[in-house]
Amino acid sequence: MSGIKYLIGNETICDSPLEPYADIVCRFAADLSDTLMKEASAKAYPDVMAFAFWCRKGNIQALKRRFGSEEKRLGRGLAFHIAPSNVPVNFAFTYLFSLLAGNATIVRVPSRSFPQTEILCHGFKQVLENYPEIKKRTAFIQYPAENAITEQFCAKADVRVIWGGDETIREIRKCPVKPRCIDVVFADRYSLCILDGASVLKASEAEICSLAEKFYNDTYLMDQNACSSPQLICWRNEREEAKERFWHAVAAYAKSRYSLQAASAMDKYTQLCCDSIGLEYLGVIRRVENLLYCVELKKLPTDITALRGKCGYFYEYTPNTLTELADSMTEKIQTVTYYGADADEIQEFVISSHIKGIDRIVPVGKALDIGVIWDGYDLVRTMSRIVDRSK
Amino acid sequence: MNKRLEELYKEAPYSLKKAEKQALYQCVLSELTLHHYTHCKEYKKVLDAMGYDPQKEAPLEMQPMLPVRLFKEYDLLSVPREEVAKTMTSSGTSGQKVSRVFLDKANTRAQTKALTEIISSFIGKKRLPLLILDTKLALKDRSMFSARGAGIVGFSTFGREIMYALDENMQLDLSGIRQFLEKHNGEQILMFGYTYMIWQYVVCALRETKTSLAIEHGSLFHIGGWKKLKDQMVDALTYNKAIQEVLGNVSVHNYYGMAEQLGSVFVECEYGHMHCSNFSDVLIRRPEDFSCAGKGERGFIELVSLLPTSYPGHILLTEDEGEIMGEDDCPCGRNGKYFKIHGRIKGAEIRGCSDTYERH
Repeated sequence: MSGIKYLIGNETICDSPLEPYADIVCRFAADLSDTLMKEASAKAYPDVMAFAFWCRKGNIQALKRRFGSEEKRLGRGLAFHIAPSNVPVNFAFTYLFSLLAGNATIVRVPSRSFPQTEILCHGFKQVLENYPEIKKRTAFIQYPAENAITEQFCAKADVRVIWGGDETIREIRKCPVKPRCIDVVFADRYSLCILDGASVLKASEAEICSLAEKFYNDTYLMDQNACSSPQLICWRNEREEAKERFWHAVAAYAKSRYSLQAASAMDKYTQLCCDSIGLEYLGVIRRVENLLYCVELKKLPTDITALRGKCGYFYEYTPNTLTELADSMTEKIQTVTYYGADADEIQEFVISSHIKGIDRIVPVGKALDIGVIWDGYDLVRTMSRIVDRSK
Repeated sequence: MNKRLEELYKEAPYSLKKAEKQALYQCVLSELTLHHYTHCKEYKKVLDAMGYDPQKEAPLEMQPMLPVRLFKEYDLLSVPREEVAKTMTSSGTSGQKVSRVFLDKANTRAQTKALTEIISSFIGKKRLPLLILDTKLALKDRSMFSARGAGIVGFSTFGREIMYALDENMQLDLSGIRQFLEKHNGEQILMFGYTYMIWQYVVCALRETKTSLAIEHGSLFHIGGWKKLKDQMVDALTYNKAIQEVLGNVSVHNYYGMAEQLGSVFVECEYGHMHCSNFSDVLIRRPEDFSCAGKGERGFIELVSLLPTSYPGHILLTEDEGEIMGEDDCPCGRNGKYFKIHGRIKGAEIRGCSDTYERH
């Protein structure tokens, strides 16, 4: 078909499934990790290195063990993935998850050019030469957003994996699929952070600096625009000194790292004015130059997902108890990051409150760490099928 | 505040020197800030959230600024709605939100007076034959003034007899123009239009047919963005030369202003410098913390006007980038700051995973 560029693979793709965590796939992942780790041009890109580190032999083996072998499984066949256009390495992760599940995989790679795309594709190509069984099940493609092309791929798919949020999902879902095809979709989500004031005050200077760095990596690193980046900070054991200490440390760290674009400064200032007019129950407004804005709320609006900032614009709130948050935890809520709080307690809160939101509870600093469990899915299980038998 | 404005109308519009102007602006703007704080509840909310105390008089650089985009998000009025005489809208491209600016009679009058003072300081008090380098169609729909139509209407007060150079199809009405010029042979001809439209529909059209209108004595005032011209590698010097090549002996004055602050416009002098008048001032704000930038340093342009009373638009933070070139020392002899505009600030490239479907 015209308009499609094959970065890897071609129109003929073998759609016969493999077993999840097939030996050959595990070895391929490990080789890929080694190759990328050794690649000089990759070293400048922490996200490429993070991918390489993730697919190292030890990690894949550990995942395989945890996956277990109680039931026999096979991939579903052919998986068609739409990767998001502004996260450079996401296409590599989604490909590998799909392969680990046992599927032949076509990934639509963003056409916006990132150096990471080139480095990764170069690595993939090199390693695929030694794995013809995987090579014939792999295609990386680029094409302009055209439903006619998307339709062709959707028609063949046994699994569709759609990244890029609500709008993309709506658009891609217009294309018909086979009755048995399943969709794994990553909708727009919203995330928050729970901080314990007492712990922040108790922490040593080194601990606070490290906390600030981790919080920075969860937020500023992606301009706060990832679904798992916290937007709302909920304080427990609130103390003004604790808040002061935390935000001061975050601003200090951001100052040394973050380059605020002029247009973002304007956006933040405009948002602050709009919030002043549009939001009720405003508390203290913190501003460290144009680098960090934080709007305190004395009461949460009905829909907290409207509280969304970018490039260092946060909201903070102090609930009386965790359960007070339950009503706000709709299916839109994805990740809770925490510091000084107990993950078990938060998990128990989700379960016992019977809420629809929150499918990830991780320490501050791990908000963006993607894995085979994501957005409430066990991706390898979801993208494979059970071959059951009884005697 | 009105008394002071009345006094200003009596002066030449570029008379105020730095110290005088600072004192006047501190006083009048503090009054304006308090006035809008008392009469516009949205404005009050913004100032309260920022912890700004409008009861205290403060120097200009300490006074709160509203981002221009706020006029697209909210209807901001400091008078009861029934006193609004006209609503200005900015000329946004289709699909974009437009600014809405609410003017009562007093504010409209102030705008007209200030504009008259400023423009007549360039062309004299006498009304002149006026050639509008645009189409009459831009005036349609008088109920909702677009900035383009309002600019034409505003400028028409300087004209004695008005001729539109373009027809409904944006084609030059050459025979009409020639008749008009013949009739006013020997007189000073005033011209007005929008920067890019003049380039496309007048300069390029006349160049194609190698025609010059050979005006003996004319003044052209033009307003609007330079982005498309920059893309075609046309700078101010090239532009002015081309104008003279196709129109004749014409002094060219670019001017700058926005729908949110009509009247107190900034006009380019014969040395190519954009000037603040007595009615306006400019500050440059550093993007990292909005502190004031020094001479020759780029930043966001903050526009200050003494005129807005029916809407809180006296201190605006624009999305344009510019720099101060000097104050009270332009060789043209006009007092006040003069500055350079570098155009709209570049849009941000945002990382992250939402909103990512590629459309093109």
